[in-house]
Amino acid sequence: MHLPPQLLSTREVATFAARGFLRFDGLVDAELNDAFLHEFEAGFARPKPAGTPLAECYAPGSGIARLLGLPRVRGALHSLLGPGPIFDHHFFHVLDGRPSRPQPLHQDSTIDTRRAFDVQLFYYPQAVTEEMGGTRYLPGSHLRLVNEASIARYQNVLGQEHLVCPAGTVLLFHHGLWHGGGQNRSGQRRVLFKLRLQPSVPQHRHWDTSDLGASVLDPQPIFVPGAWDESDIQSILCTSERWYEDDTQRLEYINRVQLWRYLLGDERADAHYWSTRVENEQHRAG
Amino acid sequence: MAHRQQVLILYLANSALDSRVVSWAMYDGTGEDEHLPGDSDVPPYASGLAALRDGWRLIQMSQLVPPAPGREFTVSYQRYEFLFEKWLPMPDRDEGPPSS
Repeated sequence: MHLPPQLLSTREVATFAARGFLRFDGLVDAELNDAFLHEFEAGFARPKPAGTPLAECYAPGSGIARLLGLPRVRGALHSLLGPGPIFDHHFFHVLDGRPSRPQPLHQDSTIDTRRAFDVQLFYYPQAVTEEMGGTRYLPGSHLRLVNEASIARYQNVLGQEHLVCPAGTVLLFHHGLWHGGGQNRSGQRRVLFKLRLQPSVPQHRHWDTSDLGASVLDPQPIFVPGAWDESDIQSILCTSERWYEDDTQRLEYINRVQLWRYLLGDERADAHYWSTRVENEQHRAG
Repeated sequence: MAHRQQVLILYLANSALDSRVVSWAMYDGTGEDEHLPGDSDVPPYASGLAALRDGWRLIQMSQLVPPAPGREFTVSYQRYEFLFEKWLPMPDRDEGPPSS
């Protein structure tokens, strides 16, 4: 039976716009995790060429097709990419049990100036312990325009996350999120399946917008002590990360607003007036 | 006596040397320690000034560069990079055989 997709809420999509990822711990059940690993051992079919519609990529009933068919996975991908996503590539990142060196921080692919974005799905069919070198990632780094491994010098950054998770965990990354594989000190093999998908349509309002009130677009009073509401969309978009420089955090908000406008399909959107203020250019009449 | 260099790179929250550390890296030319990506979640110092007070020598800081026209709102690399060094004495490698 094909269950309907579970779409993301507006708050979840705003969190993705602000932090560059969503995390679903233990989303996939043990039966599918085991079946997936069994297929991995046997060898998955050769992937389709980049640019193939995702719907044509995986045989029905295969482990990857079943993963992508889960209501939460299907709904989240639809919410972020819209209908008809395009296959870019997939890859199995495997750290065998031997001691490994950690991967430096990097952005995948290369410089990417689009406002549209790709989604990278990370699936861990096994539990990942601290010793197994789970993916290290940096919340809020996705909008920084850098070039792949040029950021390798940043060995450690305040607020970096080291993935430790139960089996069946799925992460969805904005393509720009800084990340790197950890150091496997466990003696156990660690398997990560990564799938990059592109949109085929504008990524406007494909999530469950029933919680999208008119107030999302309304200006709000700013710099009011005690008025901060962490669940408010504009506040989500204006929540800083510990590693942001004092001045850059406001530029981050402006860039998040650009992404949020694209997701809403509405160029009027703002968060706490950061963009509107600097766009207020009155033109002389005549 | 030979010496070897240790390099400490601190990224600070603003252009002031006494602002807080937000990112860091260390390279040890003595070979005593190896510092790897993701090996620490706690900065070695609270600020650049704290590193100075611990004997690190500042050798470079990032310049304040006006944003390029049309790129004023672009976010990219960490802005406030401060480079420190220490030189540590090492046992001579070519000491030769001990005299009898």
